Amino acid sequence: MNTQHLPEHPDFLWRNPEPKSSYDAVIVGGGGHGLATAYFLAKNHGMTNIAVLEKGWLAGGNMARNTTIIRSNYLWDESAAIYEHALKLWEILPEELEYDFLFSQRGVMNLAHTLGDVRESIRRVGANKLNGVDAEWLDPQQVKELCPILNIRDNIRYPVMGATYQPRAGIAKHDHVAWAFARKCDEMGVDIIQNCEVTGFLKDGDRVVGVKTSRGTINTEKVGLCAAGHSSVLAEMAGFQLPIQSHPLQALVSELHEPVHPTVVMSNHVHVYVSQAHKGELVMGAGVDSYNGYGQRGSFHVIEQQMAAAVELFPIFARAHVLRTWGGIVDTTLDASPIVGLTPVENMFVNCGWGTGGFKGTPAAGLTFAHTIATGAPHKLNKPFSLERFETGALIDEHGAAAVAH
Amino acid sequence: MLLIPCPNCGPRDETEFHYGGQAHVPYPENPNELTDTEWSRYLFYRENPKGIFAERWVHSTGCRQWFNMLRDTVSYDIQAVYPMGVPRPATTPAAREGATK
Repeated sequence: MNTQHLPEHPDFLWRNPEPKSSYDAVIVGGGGHGLATAYFLAKNHGMTNIAVLEKGWLAGGNMARNTTIIRSNYLWDESAAIYEHALKLWEILPEELEYDFLFSQRGVMNLAHTLGDVRESIRRVGANKLNGVDAEWLDPQQVKELCPILNIRDNIRYPVMGATYQPRAGIAKHDHVAWAFARKCDEMGVDIIQNCEVTGFLKDGDRVVGVKTSRGTINTEKVGLCAAGHSSVLAEMAGFQLPIQSHPLQALVSELHEPVHPTVVMSNHVHVYVSQAHKGELVMGAGVDSYNGYGQRGSFHVIEQQMAAAVELFPIFARAHVLRTWGGIVDTTLDASPIVGLTPVENMFVNCGWGTGGFKGTPAAGLTFAHTIATGAPHKLNKPFSLERFETGALIDEHGAAAVAH
Repeated sequence: MLLIPCPNCGPRDETEFHYGGQAHVPYPENPNELTDTEWSRYLFYRENPKGIFAERWVHSTGCRQWFNMLRDTVSYDIQAVYPMGVPRPATTPAAREGATK
């Protein structure tokens, strides 16, 4: 019998080193935001003696579970600024990271189904234009031209009355984004430590001096918390509280289809958002499950309801089947805006509260959080997103633009 | 789909209920005397445990009564259901009697 040798395994994209006993900074959470933070710490601030600790496998949390929508069409100045900065970074990252993660700027439409929707939408288009974010208001016929499979007939319960459109928005392959950041981090000397769960913190008074993990104690000067739905768990270990609630957020894919859906469509009112991935699957999501949950799963009626929404808006989807559903753990805040900045613990910083919309913010979360950790003070873009706003009342209410029911 | 044992109506589908978040958070006795920090704690901060959570539910499409529940936020296992106004029970085997998965 002839034996044929299999080809050599391709190069791994990052090492799996043993954790050292100390680092200049430790990032807790090896998802998109943690990896992006480490990348910018190394690239922009020359901090390479750092570690990213991930309790599971790299980017196996929400970064593996999101519906990949990238856009910056948020209402308020502060949000438009940070999400638009993220979008501008998305536009250059494939080249900078030397990794084609299939970032596809195919536009996003947010549909309007009531007069209230129409007024809110036109207002947001105006706000976007004033903030330099590309935005247009479309009438139903224009919606149909951009997305022929969309049902704009007026004989459904909530007909499409128009939509906002951001042409530069789009999607990307989320796992590849994580791997792109991880590879560059590793190249720059950052240690990525998987299967390493943080179990506590060492403090000297009110200052953090180390991290206790399932793989030993690590001394450090700075800690950046980047653990999304588990942020409260970590905060409690560190002795402070966060104004977040962790909810299941489900998503699903269909089987693979020929390209039928050319853009990204979101509807608050007939609640569903859907795109078609490069490979052909429809990628769909809707609102969070109402109860608090860390189970990475939710209830099936949430899926049924978004199926009804999807089939009403896209009759052709009646032919598709749900292939797989899953859930993540989203850390939601009451104003649907993130918290990126200082904590009551000195030299401990937190990046959380991105809730249902963290993926699109990944590059800007990383850049601003790295700045915050390296300098001890927020970057101009994340300064408004402080813990303090819950005391001062300077909330940044983005429930409408978040486009995911909380 | 959680199967929730309403204390008045018996086990019903989750879709008959509305979630009320953390239980046992009293309205401040003297809200006008609170500092901004204390008031912000009442408005915006709630516990967010990974584990047993004391929470409120209301049977919206049934008896429309509020009640309390102990539920594990990881397994979603319902440990106890008890009336509004009753303090949080200890999680002993006796307390779990009558609770449903």
